[in-house]
Amino acid sequence: MHSFRTTALAMVAATSVTLAQAETITVGMITTLSGGGAGLGVDVRDGFQLALDMAGEHPVKLVVEDDAQRPELAVQIAERMIQSERADILTGIIWSNLAMAVVPSTVAQDIFYLSPNAGPSALAGANCHPNYFNVAWQNDMLHEGAGAYANELGYENTFIMAPNYPAGTDALAGFKRYFEGNLAGELFTQVGQTDYAAEIAQIRASGADSIFIFLPGGMGISFMRQYEQSGLDLPIVSAAFTFSQDILPAVGAAALGVFNASQWSPDLDNEANQSFVSAFREAYGRIPSLYASQGFDTANLILSAAGKADVSDRDAFREALREADFTSVRGEFAWAPNQHPIQRVYIREVVEVDGEITNRIVGTAFEEHRDVHGENCSM
Amino acid sequence: MSLALVLEQLLNGVQFGLMLFLMSAGLTLVFGVMGLINLAHGSLYMIGAFLCAAVAGATGSFWIGLVAGLAAAAAAGALIEIIVIRRLYDRDHLDQVLATFALILILSEGVRMIFGPFPLYLNVPDALRGTVSLGIVDYSLYRLALIGFGVAVAVGLWVLIAKTRLGIRIRAGESDREMIAALGVNIRALYTIVFALGAALAGLAGALVGAIQSVQVGMGEPVLILAFVVIVIGGIGSIKGAMVGALLVGVIDTMGRFLLPRIFATFLDTSQAMGVGAALASMLIYLLMALVLIFRPKGLFPAHG
Repeated sequence: MHSFRTTALAMVAATSVTLAQAETITVGMITTLSGGGAGLGVDVRDGFQLALDMAGEHPVKLVVEDDAQRPELAVQIAERMIQSERADILTGIIWSNLAMAVVPSTVAQDIFYLSPNAGPSALAGANCHPNYFNVAWQNDMLHEGAGAYANELGYENTFIMAPNYPAGTDALAGFKRYFEGNLAGELFTQVGQTDYAAEIAQIRASGADSIFIFLPGGMGISFMRQYEQSGLDLPIVSAAFTFSQDILPAVGAAALGVFNASQWSPDLDNEANQSFVSAFREAYGRIPSLYASQGFDTANLILSAAGKADVSDRDAFREALREADFTSVRGEFAWAPNQHPIQRVYIREVVEVDGEITNRIVGTAFEEHRDVHGENCSM
Repeated sequence: MSLALVLEQLLNGVQFGLMLFLMSAGLTLVFGVMGLINLAHGSLYMIGAFLCAAVAGATGSFWIGLVAGLAAAAAAGALIEIIVIRRLYDRDHLDQVLATFALILILSEGVRMIFGPFPLYLNVPDALRGTVSLGIVDYSLYRLALIGFGVAVAVGLWVLIAKTRLGIRIRAGESDREMIAALGVNIRALYTIVFALGAALAGLAGALVGAIQSVQVGMGEPVLILAFVVIVIGGIGSIKGAMVGALLVGVIDTMGRFLLPRIFATFLDTSQAMGVGAALASMLIYLLMALVLIFRPKGLFPAHG
């Protein structure tokens, strides 16, 4: 009898231990699932979900909401997810202006924010926060890679252009930080702009020998389609966003041969990435974009931390996140002190493989690259 | 700043204006004849572009796609009129706005369910690729063709409204709908035809512009806002007003984006001038609208005196 009671007690104790380990982590994903930016949000969501599915049994409860690319809506959803859903972690935001609206108040309420995409400079520098982790990149990073590669390509007189919002200013600043040639011109366009005739005419008149653009989502499709019809034939260098897998099928052959900088590529040769790419193709019937890879990495980072600590113990969970004990599909992954990645930046070229337009790695812009804003961060 | 650049920008402005005219002509016609505010007009633009892209992708011919896009938008317009819009004529504008806003959501979600969330591929037809020399400037042949399309539709619309029996009925319906019904005109059929005509124009614009822009869900909404600006400037209900308003908006928007940053660059540093110039350029047409409303509260060419 006595021994039975001990065994029962031991069993209860054991169960409660497993229960503690399997404590549910509520992840609120606010992302863009409608409008012109929907492709980006859908890829982040699908990549994230795929990582959960591949993990099998996991403690994550995922709640997804569409922000329609509107900052005020994103703020409302964040409040609701924190108050009613009792979210422990928020993630998912694509656009930097939305991230600037949501992240500071979220992390101040002792909720983690893990960015699978936007990396505005303000949040990497003076406003860095122990609860804010950026799994993708600081905005400037890939554009810095494009600037460095433009030097290697021998471009001397480049026309640069980006939309007028935080990521656009970061993009031009990042490119200029490394580019050594002259600027033939510099333009800000509107976010969501669809007609670039006025801009293309100015590029033509500027006498530029090359173009650098940052036009994510539908903006890139519109620009490339019109550029192709303009009779201009200057080489384009860019960061991965404008030549990412979410828009390449719609741009078509016009994108072939463009060099773009990225921390990830579908052909990146490591085991984690190859199994990710083939599982993604199998699950969704398309090649993943870098956004999907970032969603996938974000989910795996959360799962790795969940195996080490309870999310209710914020300090322990934060330490677990800082260990970054997961296999990133981009290869090596490490945090800089401001909790943004230190990573290799590759150069990719848009190519056609078996009738599909995609990217392939042709070089490396930086090894162990970290952002410049981190030095203003006090962590 | 050369003459060639200014000329190219003017052409760009005119081309943009003519595409806006295709959108706003339908919108203003529907408002003028039926007194209906149709927020779902942008969705018909989207339907035109998606059907054109899908059919062009399947058949390999842009022109078959264009006809399909136009027909699909007209059919969708007629269907929407019969199922939904017909019940709204006697309601006030708030009910109409609410119902047609619901249509935007339903149509956007429907298109996403059928075609998926990613943009579709639609390219310019081979015959209209490349550029053509206009003396001092090489201009995109396709954009030149868009100008031609815009002018042709404008002339066609003028002939339809000024010279044909249908046009007489439309104008009569605009001034007094009870009287024309009393004279034995089938007003219900007339409304369906006008609504389908407006939808076809929107679908045509969507398909034409889709070849040089991104064919994606929600593509109609930004254009819809501009089209409302156009008809407010031009005078609600007036086709002539829509034409003048569209050209004004097209040229002022294009020239503003081009000139304002340069003007600011004369006394600010480049990055700052670009930022301020771009921000101000995006406000320009709304400032124009405000100005017009101050001096001509009913627009430049008010339809009802």
